[in-house]
Amino acid sequence: MTVAEAPVRDAGTWGRFSAAELEQIAVELDAIGDAARADLGAPDARYIRRVIAAQRAFEVAGRGLLLFSRKRSAQVGGTVALTLSKVLSNMEIGHNVMHGQYDWMNDPEIHSSTWEWDAVSTAASWKHSHNFQHHQYTNVVGKDRDLGYSAMRVDPDQPWHPIYLLQPFYGVLMALTFEWGIAIYDMELDAVRNGRKTKERARQEMKAFLRKAARQVAKDGLVYPALSGRAWKRTLAANLAANVARNVWVHTIVFMGHLPEEAETFVEEQLEDEEPGAWYVRQMAGSCNIEGTRLFQILNGHLGYQIEHHLYPDVPSSRYPELAPAVRAVCRRHGLPYNSGRLGCQYRSVAKKILRLSFP
Amino acid sequence: MVRRGARVLSTPLGLDGYLGLVNPMWSPQWRGRIVCVLPETHDMSTVRIRTNGRWPAHRPGQYVRLGIELDGRRHWRAYTVTSDPGDALVAVSVKEFGGGVVSGHLVRHAREGDLVHLGEVEGTFCLPDPLPRRVLLISAGSGITPVLGLLRQLDRAGAIEDIVHVACNRAERDFAFGSQLQALAGRRRGYRVHVHLSAERGRITPEGIGRLCPDWRERATFACGPGALLDALEAHWEAAGVAEQLFVERFQPRIGAGVRAGAGGSIRFRLSGIDAQCAGDTPMLVAGLAAGARLPHGCEMGICRTCVGALVEGRVRDLRTGVVNGEPQTMVRTCVSCPDGPVEIDL
Repeated sequence: MTVAEAPVRDAGTWGRFSAAELEQIAVELDAIGDAARADLGAPDARYIRRVIAAQRAFEVAGRGLLLFSRKRSAQVGGTVALTLSKVLSNMEIGHNVMHGQYDWMNDPEIHSSTWEWDAVSTAASWKHSHNFQHHQYTNVVGKDRDLGYSAMRVDPDQPWHPIYLLQPFYGVLMALTFEWGIAIYDMELDAVRNGRKTKERARQEMKAFLRKAARQVAKDGLVYPALSGRAWKRTLAANLAANVARNVWVHTIVFMGHLPEEAETFVEEQLEDEEPGAWYVRQMAGSCNIEGTRLFQILNGHLGYQIEHHLYPDVPSSRYPELAPAVRAVCRRHGLPYNSGRLGCQYRSVAKKILRLSFP
Repeated sequence: MVRRGARVLSTPLGLDGYLGLVNPMWSPQWRGRIVCVLPETHDMSTVRIRTNGRWPAHRPGQYVRLGIELDGRRHWRAYTVTSDPGDALVAVSVKEFGGGVVSGHLVRHAREGDLVHLGEVEGTFCLPDPLPRRVLLISAGSGITPVLGLLRQLDRAGAIEDIVHVACNRAERDFAFGSQLQALAGRRRGYRVHVHLSAERGRITPEGIGRLCPDWRERATFACGPGALLDALEAHWEAAGVAEQLFVERFQPRIGAGVRAGAGGSIRFRLSGIDAQCAGDTPMLVAGLAAGARLPHGCEMGICRTCVGALVEGRVRDLRTGVVNGEPQTMVRTCVSCPDGPVEIDL
């Protein structure tokens, strides 16, 4: 069931608030974030270290099962363990550590400037495109490059083109290969053509990407299968399955975060002289939560709390569940939307949107 | 070789990412575990540490940086190494400073088995080679720690010929290592120690030291204590034209004093997506933090390398040396570097 705390009015959430109201919203939301940041301490450090230990244990267990056991159950178990390792590495650990959520620990080994994850995109290039462009310009058509990744028509304001008739098909393809898609997309090669990025810089980034991708492919595609001897096909299949399963999962969570029907999009003009309060409103109106169990939230990097994440991207994700009631209360008080629903429901909503917008 | 081979299997992590989880002491980082904490006075303790086998030979008088995790945060502080080179355990002696989070923890709450992180060993408060024959040692409060290291070095070398030591403390109960000094004075006739208790006789002055040791001008003098005392000593030795005879350890190597200021400029912290303006005498770290970037940092004096980031574009000046570097991909220590014109850095 989709819960909208307040009906979204026709004119959009935008522009419904006076400057004074926006300021009040900013004050209230700032206070929630400040209180959470001030409360950080040993339990948060322990939490992220435990998740990291769990991820590495899944990794070792998965590789071990695939290398040393010939049983069918071991193959399944190994694939599942490897998938969990990759999912945790990308979602609850990589995404959140690279947001700087644990920088306050002052531990160089768990720091946004040093972290690398188990995916083909380099941490450096992803951080720029995600932390800056997506979080700054959330759901602004033409500015938020994550909005449909330029390949999909996800907003009626985007002009239609016959190619979009195929978007349900290449959408599926994109889900299967998601890590490659974002790795290449985040390099913004189109920015070289219009001069926003120097050729030299693009060359450096491309080199870094190729190096990282080569290591990833060598690990999953060559070295571990080779070490498995006669069982190489089985290990290769398991590695591929783990990568694809992770891709589909990440793709699902990312698309559910900003594309369901009730998520609003914005136009660039609205960015002019945007006040902090208006930025907050845009983050909330453009994001959707997904409801689920604690385990579900850990596996999706607490992006089920997409709204809280967009309001406080630098607060450790495991804090979002306890911030949510306060954020909801602010929404209720000011008549702001708080989009939230079950995964299946949000999924249907996104699928419907992509199908409908593939036609003019 | 093994590590490189293993890296293929464990990418994007190093093998250490796994080993360090099983046992933190297997990490390639310098680390140690506290073996014991021995009280020296009511507010000073010696902490003995077993390191993970990578301890460099230090010179007596040098200090090491300890990283201590308190409530999830790692704090870095410098302490004089009070063990001797070659000892199986490394020791630091820590005096609790009023309200000091780290010193208070080490003196009162640190326990056997606690993990500590170790930074580099640094410091130039060391005896010259050949060893001086006529020496004046001046220590005040916790300033005894590096002075004791020098004294023990002279003792081991059998080079105690003519040493005068002025040891200042507030009161008897603040006098750390007193019995060690008295025992040495009983054993070595060339070592004389004057204990000055400021609670009874007021703060020590250079003139007071001159009365205790009239031939101070002819001695190699090593002094460690509060900044005000060291300032007074430096002025006094300078006025007597023997400034080169005086060696001091300040405990707070202030990079603010004598920075090699440059042009300054704008900084783009590429990964944080934050722009900052930085004056010519301000570290990039300070400017970045002020602009709201969450940057890693530790010692804030160019030692622990927690704050480094790769230079993307532009030139940076090392505030300590004045050296300007514009090589892309250089790892810049932001706590002691300043932009020289517009700079972009991966942080």
